[in-house]
Amino acid sequence: MKKIIIALVMVSLSSLVHAAGGKIHLDEANIDLTDKASLQRGAKLFTNYCLNCHAASFMRYNRMGKDLGISDKLVEENLIFSDDKVGDLMKVAMTTEDGGAWFGTPPPDLSVIARAKGSGDLGANWLYTYFRSFYVDEKRPFGANNTVFKDVGMPHVLWELQGMQKLLNAEEVAKGAAPEFALVSTGSMTADEYDTAARDLTNFLVYVGEPSKLKRLALGGWVLAFLFFFFFVAYAMKKEYWKDIH
Amino acid sequence: MSMLEKTLGWVDDRFPLTKLWKEHLSEYYAPKNFNFWYFFGSLALMMLVMQILTGIWLTMSYKPDAETAFASVEFIMRDVEWGWLIRYLHSTGASAFFIVVYLHMYRGIIYGSYKQPRELIWLFGMFIYLALMAEAFMGYLLPWGQMSFWGAQVIVNLFGAVPFVGEELAIWIRGDFVVGDATLNRFFALHVVALPIVLLGLVVAHIIALHEVGSNNPDGVEIKKNKGADGIPVDGIPFHPYYSVKDIVGVIVFLFFFCAIVFFAPELGGWFLEKDNFVPANPLQTPEHIVPLWYFTPFYAILRAIPPMFSSQFPGVIAMGMAIVVLFLLPWLDRSSVKSVRYRGAIYKIALAIFVISFVALGWLGTQPATPTYTNYARVFTGLYFMFFILMPWFTKIDKTKPVPERVTSK
Repeated sequence: MKKIIIALVMVSLSSLVHAAGGKIHLDEANIDLTDKASLQRGAKLFTNYCLNCHAASFMRYNRMGKDLGISDKLVEENLIFSDDKVGDLMKVAMTTEDGGAWFGTPPPDLSVIARAKGSGDLGANWLYTYFRSFYVDEKRPFGANNTVFKDVGMPHVLWELQGMQKLLNAEEVAKGAAPEFALVSTGSMTADEYDTAARDLTNFLVYVGEPSKLKRLALGGWVLAFLFFFFFVAYAMKKEYWKDIH
Repeated sequence: MSMLEKTLGWVDDRFPLTKLWKEHLSEYYAPKNFNFWYFFGSLALMMLVMQILTGIWLTMSYKPDAETAFASVEFIMRDVEWGWLIRYLHSTGASAFFIVVYLHMYRGIIYGSYKQPRELIWLFGMFIYLALMAEAFMGYLLPWGQMSFWGAQVIVNLFGAVPFVGEELAIWIRGDFVVGDATLNRFFALHVVALPIVLLGLVVAHIIALHEVGSNNPDGVEIKKNKGADGIPVDGIPFHPYYSVKDIVGVIVFLFFFCAIVFFAPELGGWFLEKDNFVPANPLQTPEHIVPLWYFTPFYAILRAIPPMFSSQFPGVIAMGMAIVVLFLLPWLDRSSVKSVRYRGAIYKIALAIFVISFVALGWLGTQPATPTYTNYARVFTGLYFMFFILMPWFTKIDKTKPVPERVTSK
């Protein structure tokens, strides 16, 4: 009787599991947080192209330098374009009000953007796909739209690297299909080079989202190893005490 | 007499240190047949201590101010030495605390630990659970993310559904017309001062009551009915050292899983740290789905399952409140002559299974958008949830029980 009821409930529960809505197609970012060269290239892209409108105001320049293996001097000379000191937070001069007036919505702070777009690999995949999914749309104020972020307020800032592309299958994309693009003007990078650049920038933003992540993962192994070892000691002690209990 | 013994004697003449040690540890006789389910009481105590300690250290750098709260959490994550670890221990600890407490409560249910003479232990425990929910709810506002803000907004608005005084009540709770700086500040005060004091007091009462009547066990046998010539229960063993060394093993196994999450998946795929909470609170932008954290979702599903009456959400609020109130009444709803599920009949076991499935299903439904299909499912499970309690006096009475042994059984 109990089994029948459980079976019935299980069946009714399994029917609950169906997709709740249209999903956006995302590509795999396949980032590697231990790849310092990639992170450094990402930092360069970030400070050159993003850090004019978007801040990363919880992140310090010199912390980034330390983690990415860039000296304070190199950070100051190559990655800081304002009067900021190397110990400062990555802020921008643009006020929230101005940003709102110019772009319709203020450019969000990017410190934890990779975590805000989804946990695990989701955030990285979202960003990686987003950077590669701008397309020409004359209806938008800046002439560009994005398949990942519909009617995004931001122009295609990386156009000089990627070039501009048009969307070939708008109707299918609306139903959740993978978008297909074709370049209408070329940029300074080939398609492969641009994918790598998008991956580097994604990698950097994931790093900025949680600078202590590598330390956390490395320490975690030791903690679990200690607990594993300590378990046998504690279990032996318990056995020893309990042998006179019957 | 050594120096140590002299000091102890000096203290004992002035404070019952040795007496307390004996009463609560070395001469507190617990049944020798505790099983897996009995780890969760001591684990809950450990989680309380962990939350208080990590909480104290978080308080040293956290700023309860709507302008700076979100940034101060990220400051802790980046610029405070080991801040990320303290914060993850606390955020994972909140969920782990609830897991442990739910399992502890389930233990109480299956072995009838709430039954006479342990009704007060159960009541104190339920008040702890209530205080813990308030503690978790208020703590969740502090990071001042989108889900913090909107979760608090939705829950405080529930008080607005109370007839006549609702609107005033909600404003009184928030200290503002919307959740704002005043709300954040008072939730901080309650979260770090008021509720921890209440929790600690209740935990002490819970343990004093437990040690007064003695622990129940998986057989539901009263070990005090069977004492040896020395006045010690034959089936009892001193808590210390036997259960202290056993609980250490439990603590390590628990910490293994706990640390695996803290170090390798602190967000746990959005279940422990939601992605929307990495976006600072924005009163002008509602997140796509507002969902409470998983430990509240069974009650949230019940709230949403009840249709509004006279365009008021109040019936749903009442149902949600009742879902918790009925738990308080368990000792008086259960009319069975036996305590443990081991000696209960098929009817009780089926009812229990339906209850557990309903609770878990409601918990899952509470995380999903309220589509018409899901709402119907939630209504069915809400009905089943309440049936467990409403019909309990009847089904526990007619249920065919098995004879309970005189002594506890091993395994």
